[in-house]
Amino acid sequence: MNHLTYLGVLAFILIGTGWLEIVLRTRVYARWRRLLLTLLPVVAVFVVWDLYAIASGHWWFDAEQTTGIVFPGGIPLEEILFFVVVPLAALLTLEAVRSVKRWEVGDEPEGACEDGVRRDDA
Amino acid sequence: MSYTQLAVLGVVVVILIDLFVLRTRLLRRKVFWASYAIVVFFQLVTNGVLTGLRVVRYDGEAIVGSTTPVDGPPPFLGDGRIAFAPLEDLLFGFALVVLAQAVWVWLGRRGVQRTPYSGPPRVRMPGQADDPRP
Repeated sequence: MNHLTYLGVLAFILIGTGWLEIVLRTRVYARWRRLLLTLLPVVAVFVVWDLYAIASGHWWFDAEQTTGIVFPGGIPLEEILFFVVVPLAALLTLEAVRSVKRWEVGDEPEGACEDGVRRDDA
Repeated sequence: MSYTQLAVLGVVVVILIDLFVLRTRLLRRKVFWASYAIVVFFQLVTNGVLTGLRVVRYDGEAIVGSTTPVDGPPPFLGDGRIAFAPLEDLLFGFALVVLAQAVWVWLGRRGVQRTPYSGPPRVRMPGQADDPRP
């Protein structure tokens, strides 16, 4: 079996969304401080959920298809990376849609949007 | 608590966070549902690989469906599975995506790198909104 299977899926997600930063100018990587501050609580909450699920036996991982790097509590490296890569992909997708449609997201200043679309000068 | 119970709880909690705690109200916006439609499609594909190849396996006591078989893939559809994955994973993914996007938007609204906004695209995209910016 292939120890890189899980890591490969994560790489696919990174590559599959990474082009959005360049072609659609999503500026998620560019705003890396905001990105890190977003990931902090999200990773924390979901790692706790994962540790509880592993401890309770809700799910477990195939040692043959993971790198074998496992953190205390039995959480594989890939699983922690999952909670970074998937939220990152979700943010890139959100900003990609905004890039194309200019739809209101909710972080614009007061009056910057009309009928749910950002004004041209905002 | 079972995975089923936790997954439902997770969805309820992130809905409350989005609508009432951070008041980002993403769930009431077109931009969220359009992006979620894209995300959930790719979740079904990538998670289908992880669960179909049994990289991740589940205990039937914790989910609606049965335990991941030891000798082959779980059902593609049925027995509480959607594209090999437990239906609970859809709720889990929803909670993960909504929480991340809500925190991101909340930070922007608080002035943490609100700008530069995303866009405009480098290449003309179908359905693209007009943008006179240079």
